[in-house]
Amino acid sequence: MTLPLFFFFVFSAITVASALMVIAARNPVHSVLFLILAFVNAAGLFMLAGAEFLALILIVVYVGAVAVLFLFVTMMLDVDFASLRQGMLQYAPIGVVVGVILLLELLMVAGSFVLAPEVTATAMVPIDPSMSNIKALGELLYTRYIFLFQGAGAVLLVAMIGAIVLTLRHKSGVKRQDVFHQTSRTRAEATELVKVKSGEGL
Amino acid sequence: MSSSDVLSFSALAPAYPELLLAGGAVLVLLIALFVKGLGHRAVAALAILLLVGALGVLLLVPADGVLFNGVFVVDAFARFMKVLVLGGAAASLLIALPAAHEHGIDKFEYSVLVLLSTLGMVVMVSANDLMSLYVGLELQSLALYVIAAMKRDDPRATEAGLKYFVLGALSSGMLLYGASLVYGFTGTTQLDQIVKAVVLDTRSIGLVFGMVFLLAGIAFKISAVPFHMWTPDVYEGAPTPVTAFLAAAPKVAAMALMIRVTTVSFGSITRDWQQIIIFLSIASMVLAAFAAIGQQNLKRLLAYSSIGHVGFALVGLSSGTTLGVEGVAIYMAIYVAMTVGIFAAVIGLRTTDGKPVETIDGLSGLGQQRPFTAAIIGVLMFSLIGLPPLAGFFAKWQVFLAAVEQNLFVLAVIGVLASAVSAFYYLRIIKVMYFDEPVAEFRAVPGELVAVMGVVGFFVVSYFATLGGPLAAAAKTAAESLF
Repeated sequence: MTLPLFFFFVFSAITVASALMVIAARNPVHSVLFLILAFVNAAGLFMLAGAEFLALILIVVYVGAVAVLFLFVTMMLDVDFASLRQGMLQYAPIGVVVGVILLLELLMVAGSFVLAPEVTATAMVPIDPSMSNIKALGELLYTRYIFLFQGAGAVLLVAMIGAIVLTLRHKSGVKRQDVFHQTSRTRAEATELVKVKSGEGL
Repeated sequence: MSSSDVLSFSALAPAYPELLLAGGAVLVLLIALFVKGLGHRAVAALAILLLVGALGVLLLVPADGVLFNGVFVVDAFARFMKVLVLGGAAASLLIALPAAHEHGIDKFEYSVLVLLSTLGMVVMVSANDLMSLYVGLELQSLALYVIAAMKRDDPRATEAGLKYFVLGALSSGMLLYGASLVYGFTGTTQLDQIVKAVVLDTRSIGLVFGMVFLLAGIAFKISAVPFHMWTPDVYEGAPTPVTAFLAAAPKVAAMALMIRVTTVSFGSITRDWQQIIIFLSIASMVLAAFAAIGQQNLKRLLAYSSIGHVGFALVGLSSGTTLGVEGVAIYMAIYVAMTVGIFAAVIGLRTTDGKPVETIDGLSGLGQQRPFTAAIIGVLMFSLIGLPPLAGFFAKWQVFLAAVEQNLFVLAVIGVLASAVSAFYYLRIIKVMYFDEPVAEFRAVPGELVAVMGVVGFFVVSYFATLGGPLAAAAKTAAESLF
């Protein structure tokens, strides 16, 4: 067994096992943690397949942002998962049908490679082996389609400005803490020395 | 994969106006955010300066060429339309200034969004690819949806923004569906490559389907009947300065897109798109002429008027010739000028208790109290009808000439009849202004608006003697660069 094959089995076994645990775990927080484990192992599989950019993006975007968002949502929403699971058996037949269709489709995709191995050679956009993923993507995004990329950036800027303009309201009369202002007060402006006459008070 | 054009700054010369606008819009946004105490007027002045600067770059250092691996093209046609777009945008920012507060657009974001929307429009005008066409269109529309709803405490403005957004999203969907079909049946997204694929192959039914959806999506943006439903509601609901912006520059950009897609990409199947354009044109002219008769609201009336004028402009395009495109170019130039002028007058109309005048009956007595404003509105109404020797006549003359030359007599006759019917509601405004008893006192019109009205009035009246010749020559060069 070669080393890449060994790692392939390790990553894929952990991916499948943790994917199973995502739907089997009783605690939803554990589910999300298993989901993160599945993501990390899938990233390992991508790395083995030579898609290093996709692997890193999977970790940065899915593990770093999406999964953490899931974690927040499950912790904050307090969904009663036990009651959600009540009608499981009722929906099981539909789930099985969907699963079988999905399995058949996967077999058809994999089968086409077995039946007609020459199909990979006639790809519309063949992969250039002399170029790394990141370089190829950069060539497309920042050179070939730089104009469209920047245009899409401007669209996002408009969306951001629009969301702020249409929703932000400046409330007047709200007291906010200004730490700089607080710490830069001197003793002279904060305290006052008053002469108190004995027996009279202020 | 050539990368030479993004490596040197001088190779980007054709895109200088776009680069200036994009960089400038971000800079204006940052200045407005970080300089404390800078009012919305100062930001608007900066934005106008930027638009005029881009206009100057466009006129003084003209450069043609295809850039960014073929997605962006600058030719005489693109430059002509960009001048109209930039001029229209700058003028509508200027006439928004005096009434910004009462219309709820006294925020610096307004100017920034207008700049970004204008950037989208110039990208549309220069689009040489279905992808850049879509990016430009979305940039333009998204900013417009926001500024239409900017007066967010006013239910009418919010409704206008939402309606515009939903129908705009629908039209984008149709456009994208058409674009995907065209790409699927020709194998390219580049507009000047599509025409080659169409020539090589006998046209397939899928390609015609894609073209129809593409044209329908653009027809939404120029509000040609039957895709006009949003126009009266949005024009009426949006704050008047926003309506002025909506009516002027975006129409030019979308019309330029329509012309480029039909003549460049589908030039070899002119017969197929000609019938679509003829239908859009007749439907727009006739519906606008009759639907505007019953309107009481001035902005709704102007909405129908703009639908009608798009119909007249399409008469020129439906001929499918250089003369026709030249006519549309002249028509759009005169249309922008008249729209800016009429909206300057509408923004300036206020009674002494500060209420804006938005109904036609509210105009009564204007002739005696504000003779200058009334005279400008009167001249513009005559020009909108198309009476000689005003500018509007020459606009219509050119497009009808192109139609007659191609033996489209029915189209030309219907156009002239629709023009005669539309004279009724334009003349009614003049009658109300001069011959009806006054109901309210009118406030003096702010100086900026008087200046804009004066310039437009001069342009419209003296068109045949002053600007007419150079404009027609520029339009001729522009149209020839497409064929």
